[in-house]
Amino acid sequence: MAGIEEEPVSLAEAPVRSLSMIEAINDALDIMLERDPDVILLGEDIGYFGGVFRATAGLQQKHGKTRVFDTPISEGGIIGVAVGMGAYGLRPVPEIQFADYIYPGLDQLISEAARLRYRSAGEFIAPMTVRSPFGGGIFGGQTHSQSPEALFTHVSGLKTVVPSTPHDAKGLLISAIEDNDPVIFFEPKRIYNGPFDGYYDKPTKPWKGHPGARVPEGYYSIPLGKAHTVRSGSAMTVLAYGTMVHVAEAVCRDKGVDAEIIDLRTLVPLDIEAVENSVEKTGRCLVVHEATRTSGFGAELAALVQERCFYHLEAPVERVTGFDTPYPHSLEWAYFPGPIRIGEAIDRLMEA
Amino acid sequence: MTKGEDRKNRPGLSLHVPEPKFRPGDKVDFTHLAIPEAGDQPRPDESCAASETFPLCTDLVRVLDDEGKACGPWDPRLSPDRVRAILRDMALVRAFDERMYRGQRQGKTSFYMKSTGEEATSVAAAHALASDDMVFPSYRQQGVLIARGYPLIEMVNQIYSNRGDKLKGRQLPIMYSSRDHSFFSISGNLATQLPQAVGWAMASAIRHDSRIAATWIGEGSTAEGDFHSALTFATVYNAPVVFNIVNNQWAISSFSGFAGAERTTFAARAIGYGVAGLRVDGNDPLAVYAAQRWAADRARSNAGPTLIEFFTYRAEGHSTSDDPSAYRSAQEREEWPLGDPIMRLKNHLIALGEWTEEQHAEMDRELAERVKAATKEAEENGILGHGLHHPFHTMFEDVFEKLPWNLEEQSEQAIRERNIKWPE
Ligand SMILES: Cc1ncc(C[n+]2csc(CCOP(=O)(O)OP(=O)(O)O)c2C)c(N)n1
Ligand SMILES: [Mg+2]
Repeated sequence: MAGIEEEPVSLAEAPVRSLSMIEAINDALDIMLERDPDVILLGEDIGYFGGVFRATAGLQQKHGKTRVFDTPISEGGIIGVAVGMGAYGLRPVPEIQFADYIYPGLDQLISEAARLRYRSAGEFIAPMTVRSPFGGGIFGGQTHSQSPEALFTHVSGLKTVVPSTPHDAKGLLISAIEDNDPVIFFEPKRIYNGPFDGYYDKPTKPWKGHPGARVPEGYYSIPLGKAHTVRSGSAMTVLAYGTMVHVAEAVCRDKGVDAEIIDLRTLVPLDIEAVENSVEKTGRCLVVHEATRTSGFGAELAALVQERCFYHLEAPVERVTGFDTPYPHSLEWAYFPGPIRIGEAIDRLMEA
Repeated sequence: MTKGEDRKNRPGLSLHVPEPKFRPGDKVDFTHLAIPEAGDQPRPDESCAASETFPLCTDLVRVLDDEGKACGPWDPRLSPDRVRAILRDMALVRAFDERMYRGQRQGKTSFYMKSTGEEATSVAAAHALASDDMVFPSYRQQGVLIARGYPLIEMVNQIYSNRGDKLKGRQLPIMYSSRDHSFFSISGNLATQLPQAVGWAMASAIRHDSRIAATWIGEGSTAEGDFHSALTFATVYNAPVVFNIVNNQWAISSFSGFAGAERTTFAARAIGYGVAGLRVDGNDPLAVYAAQRWAADRARSNAGPTLIEFFTYRAEGHSTSDDPSAYRSAQEREEWPLGDPIMRLKNHLIALGEWTEEQHAEMDRELAERVKAATKEAEENGILGHGLHHPFHTMFEDVFEKLPWNLEEQSEQAIRERNIKWPE
C-alpha cells in the first residue's frame, strides 16, 4: 500500500466538480475500492441499500457483495470482525450508522484495535477506518446527535478525524483508509448536504458554489495531522472542526472580527505547529466545538495553548461548546453553540 | 382493578443465585455427571446440517475407554508416532507450567497461569489443525504454541518481560503473540478474540484462501456479548471458524453455573445459532483431536462453523494470584471422573505396546532438563524488575506507526527522569 507521502498528486490538472460531502465520501470510497483490493466496506444497511445517508450508494453493485456488505446489528461484532480482517491483511472500512451507536463497539476499539500494534510489538495491526455520522442540528434527539470525539482522542493508539468540507472529506478519508493505524472518521451529518452557518431559521444552502465543495476527480489525499487555515487574521485565533468551522466563520464575518480561523481537520494527531504559530501571532484564542463541555476536546486545546503560548496570550483562552446535557430534541437550538454563544465569547476575548 | 390489590394475591417471587455443589471441606461426589461409555457416540458426516449435531451437544464424545483402548466412530486412528508427539507436547506443557509457576514464586516474574489438566484441549486440538491455520487463543492455550514448536526460550523471555522479550516487555506474562506461528496476540480482555477470529475467517473466505481460524474461550467468558456477536457473524457469513469452549468448570472462583451451566450445556448454544455443536471429553486427547479435525474439515470445505465444548477440569488455581482452597473443595480434583489427559494417553500407548513406563519417565526427565536449560538461558536476558529491560524509548513506539510529537516529547521526559535516577 502506497503511503500518502509517496505519491504526490497534482490537483491542478484534475477536473473539478461541485460535490456534496456525502457525494465526496462516496467518491473516496469508490476510488479506494478500485485502487486497493484489500479495502472492504461493512456496516448496517450499507450494502444493497447504500447506507441510511447514501454514503455507499451504488458501491455494492459496482464492486461486488464480498467487498461491500451488510452486517448484523452488532457494533461490537462489526469492529471485532474488522480487527480480525485487519490482522489477516485486509483494510476494512466499517460504518457505524450513527456515532451515538458506537458504544457497543468501544471495547473492540479501545482494548483491541488501538492496542494491537503495541501489544504485539508490531506483529499485528488493525488498519481500519471507522466512518460514522456525528453531531446534531438535524432534530435527531439525543440518540442521533452526539459528538463523542473526546472519548476517542483520549485513547492512545487511535486517530480522530473530522472533515468540514466535501473537498477535505474526500482527501482525508483516502488518507485515513491508507493509514496503517485505526482511524475514527467522524462525518458531521449536519453538513452532509450543505454548509451550515448556525442560523437554523434561515433556509439551508446546498454545497454548490461553496469553495470547499470543489472536489477534484480521481485520487488525491490530504495528510492526517495537517490543519487548514480557513481565513487569516490578526485579532484572534479560532480553533474549530467540522460543522463549527462554518458557524465560527459566519459569526466572525458578521461581527467584522479579523479572526484567524483554523480548521483542525485531525484532532489526533494534532497540528500543534499551526495552533502555536497562529496563537503566537494573534495573542487570543477561542476554541469551539459542538460536543459537551466538561472534558471535551476543547479542554485539551485550551491546556495546550496555555502551556505552549502563555507569554503570547493577552486574554484567557475561551471555550464555546454544547452544554453538559444530553442533546435535547425540542430544544436542539438552545443547546447548539450558535452565533450568540460564539459572539459573546468573541466580545469577551476582544475586551480583555 | 387497582394494581396494588391485584398484586397482594400473587405468590412472592424468589431469585435464584447459583451455588456450586461443593465448597471447601465438602466431600465430593460427581455421580450426577452422567459420563457415557467411550465409543457410543455417533459421528455424523462433516458436511451434515448443523441441527443434526444436536444430540451430540448434550452427549459427550469419548474415544478412550477406562482400559486405554480407543473405540467407536470418533477414533481418529492416528499413527503411534503422532500419538507419541501429542503425549510429548502435553508433557512438555506440564513441565513448563511447573517450572514457570516456581519461577513466579521465586520472584522472577509477576504472574503465571497453568493449564494443568487441560493440556489436551490445546495440544491435541493444535495437532488436528494445519500449522498455518490462524489461532485466536485465550490465555490458557500455551499448548498450541508448544505444539507448533515455538521456542521455549521465547516464552520464558516473555514471561520474564526481559530485554529478550519479543513483545518488548509490554504485556503481562503469558500474553504471547507469534505471527510466524499463526498465533494471534493474546488480549487480557476476555472474549474479544472471538469476533476477531470470525473476521479473520471471513477475510480468508473473501480471499478464497484455504486457511481457517480457530479460537478458544473459557466457559465463564461465554457470558460476554462478544460471544453472541461472534456466533451471529459466523452463522450469517458461514465463516470457516472453529470455536472451542474450554469448560474447566471454574472462572476464577465462580463455577460454571454463573455462565448458565445449570440449565444447559455450552455446546447446545450452537444450535440456536445454526452452528454445528459437539460436546467432547476434554481430558481424552483422541476425542479432542477427532472433534477438532471434524470441525476443521467442515470449515475447510465451506460447510460452516462449529462450536465445541471441551468438558474438562481446572486442576490448579486460576493463576499464581489465586488460592482455590478458599472457594472449592480440594477433593474435586481427585474425584474428577474424566481423569488426567496425560495419564490417559500414556496408558493408551502402553496398552498398544507402543510405550513403556520407563520411556515415559525418561521423557519426563528430558523435558524437565529442556525447560530448565531454556529458563537458564532466558535468565541471561534478565528477570522482571532487574534492570535488563528494553530501552525507555520503546515504551513510546508502536502506539502509532510513526511517533507523533506528543509522544516524542513524553519520551524525552522519560529519558530525562532515567538520567536523573541513574546518572551515567
Ligand atoms: C472483560 C474482562 N472481564 C473480567 C476479566 C477478569 N478475569 C480474568 S480471567 C477471568 C475468569 C475467566 O474464566 P473462564 O472464561 O472460565 O476461563 P478460565 O480462566 O477458566 O480458563 C476473569 C473474570 C477480564 N480479564 N476481562
Ligand atoms: Mg473456566
